[in-house]
Amino acid sequence: MTALTAARPSWRDRLVDLPLPEIAAPVALVLLVVAFGALDGTFLSRGNIEAVLQASAILVVLAVGQAFVIATGGIDLSVASTMTLGAVVLGQVYATDAGIGWAILAGIAAATAVGLVNGLVVAKGGITDFIVTLGTLSAASGLALIIANGKPQPVLDGFLLRLSADGVGPFTWSVIVAAVVAVVAHVVLFRTRLGVHILAVGGSTEAARSTGVHNVRVKVAVYLISGALAGIAAVLLVARVGAAEPASNTSFLLNSVAAVVLGGVSLFGGRATIAGPVVGALLLASLVNGLTLLGVSQFYQPLAVGIVVVLAAFLTRFQR
Amino acid sequence: MTTTYEPGPTAATDSDDVLVVDGLRKSFGSVQAIKQASIRLPRGKVTALIGDNGAGKSTLIRCLSGVHRPDSGTISLDGTAIDFHSPDQARRAGIETVHQNLALVDDLTVWQNLFLGRELTRGLGPVQFLDRKGMRDKAKEMVSALAINVPSVTSRVRRLSGGQRQAVSIARAAGWGSKIVIMDEPTAALGVQETARVEELIRGLRERGLTILLISHNFDQVMRLADGVWVMRAGSSIAHRQVDQTSGEELVGLVTGALAA
Repeated sequence: MTALTAARPSWRDRLVDLPLPEIAAPVALVLLVVAFGALDGTFLSRGNIEAVLQASAILVVLAVGQAFVIATGGIDLSVASTMTLGAVVLGQVYATDAGIGWAILAGIAAATAVGLVNGLVVAKGGITDFIVTLGTLSAASGLALIIANGKPQPVLDGFLLRLSADGVGPFTWSVIVAAVVAVVAHVVLFRTRLGVHILAVGGSTEAARSTGVHNVRVKVAVYLISGALAGIAAVLLVARVGAAEPASNTSFLLNSVAAVVLGGVSLFGGRATIAGPVVGALLLASLVNGLTLLGVSQFYQPLAVGIVVVLAAFLTRFQR
Repeated sequence: MTTTYEPGPTAATDSDDVLVVDGLRKSFGSVQAIKQASIRLPRGKVTALIGDNGAGKSTLIRCLSGVHRPDSGTISLDGTAIDFHSPDQARRAGIETVHQNLALVDDLTVWQNLFLGRELTRGLGPVQFLDRKGMRDKAKEMVSALAINVPSVTSRVRRLSGGQRQAVSIARAAGWGSKIVIMDEPTAALGVQETARVEELIRGLRERGLTILLISHNFDQVMRLADGVWVMRAGSSIAHRQVDQTSGEELVGLVTGALAA
C-alpha cells in the first residue's frame, strides 16, 4: 500500500503541463514577424530589426522589474514615473558638470529610492500595492516636474550617445544592457533563494510565512528591484532621447504590464518567467513597428496593443 | 500549583517525556482560551489530543509551535524550559507542525516545497545559487525513505491528490531532524484509502523514533493510531488515558463532559 512510484511524468502529463499562456507570446511573435515580413519587405531588413530591438530595450528593462512585482501578486503602477524621475535627476546632476558617471548613479539611486518607499509602505504598512504605487506614480512625476521646473534638460554626452548608437553587430549597447538585465533577472528568479521565495510569497503568502520565508523582506526586495530597473531604464531613455524630460511616459506603464501579461505571468502571483515578459515586450515593439511600416495611422496603435493584451489575458483563463 | 493533572498509567515513564507542558494559560483579551493545560508527550509515541471545538486544542498547539506565547505556565523540551517568540524558533528547537492548510505552494514542485525556507545553496560568500540537484536528490531520499506515493519530486504540488499533499507536508515536517511533529487533523479532508495511507505514514514515523502529537476529531483513528490520549474540555486538560485501557465510548464521554475525569 505504500509502494514508491517515482516514475517520470508521462508524455501525456507533459502535454497537459505545457503552459498555454506561456507559449502564446513566442508563437504570436513568430506569426507576427512572418506576417509583417510578408506584407512589407523592409520589416526584416537589418536596419528595421535594429530599430525594433532598440525600441524594445527600455520596455524590456521595465517589464522585467514589473514581472518581479507581479510574481509576488503585487503590481507596480509607478514604474514609468519612477523612470521619469530617474531621468530628470540624471539630467539635473549632469547639468551641474558633475560628470556622466555621477549623473547616472544619481538617476538610478533616485529611482531605487522610490522602489524602496513602495516596498516599505506595501510590506510594512500593509497597504494595497495598487493604492501605494498609484500614489508614488503621482508623487514621482510631480517630483520630476518640480526638480526639472517643467523643462527638458538636454543631455548630449558621448557615453550616452554611444549607448544608443554603437554596439556589437545589430545590437546597440542599450539592447545589450537590456539583455544582460534579463539574463541576470532569470538567474535571480530561478537560481537563488530570493527567487524561490518570491514565487512562494506570490503562490501562497500563508504557506511562505509558516515555512519561515520573510514575506516583508521579499516584498521590499521586489519593489526595490523594480525601482532600480526603472533607474536603468531611465539611463536608456535619456540616451535615446538625448534629453531628460519630465514627461509622463504613461504608455511605458501600460506596456510594461501588458508585456508581463503577454508573457504568461499570472497576475495573481506565484507563476512567472523572465523570458515571457521579454518576448511580450518584443511582441509589442514589433506590433507597433510593423503597423507603422504598413502605414497604419498612429492612432490605431494603442487600440491594437489593447486588443492584443486582452486576448493574452483571455488565454490565462486556461492556466491551471 | 493548581494543576489537575493526574499522573496516569504513564507515570512510570515520566523520565522519558520529550515535552512537558505544565499549568499553561493563554487569554486573548477577556477570552480565556486555555485556563489550565498540562500535558506530557512520551518519547517515540503517538499522543492524541482530543476535545470539542473551542476546547483549546488549537491554541495549545499554537503555543507549542511558537505562534502564540503562553501567559503563564511552562513548556519544557528534553528537560529545558523553552520560550518561543516565533514559529522559526520552535522549528529550530525541533518542533515541526503540519498545519491544516498544509502550508504548500501549489505552483512550486514537490522538492521546492520540501526545501521551502531551508534551501540548499552553494557559491562564494554573498553570491549563493540554489543547489537544485542536491535538493532534488535529497528530496527523492526523503520521499522514498517514507515510502510516500508521489508521481515525482519534480511535479508541481498542484497536480497531487489530497493524500499526497498531506504526505508531502508530513515528510517536510519529519525530514529535518525534528524531535516532535504536531499534526492538526491530518486526515480530516481525506477519503478512506488516503486516510489509511497517511495513518501508515504516521506509524512509520513512530517506528523511526519521532514523537507525534496528533489532533483528531476521529475517535476511531485515535484508538487505531495513538498510544496515549489527552482530553481537553472548556480550556483545560482534564484527563489522560492509555489507548489500550480506554474505549471510544469513554473518550466521547470525557470530551462531552458526560463522564467526569
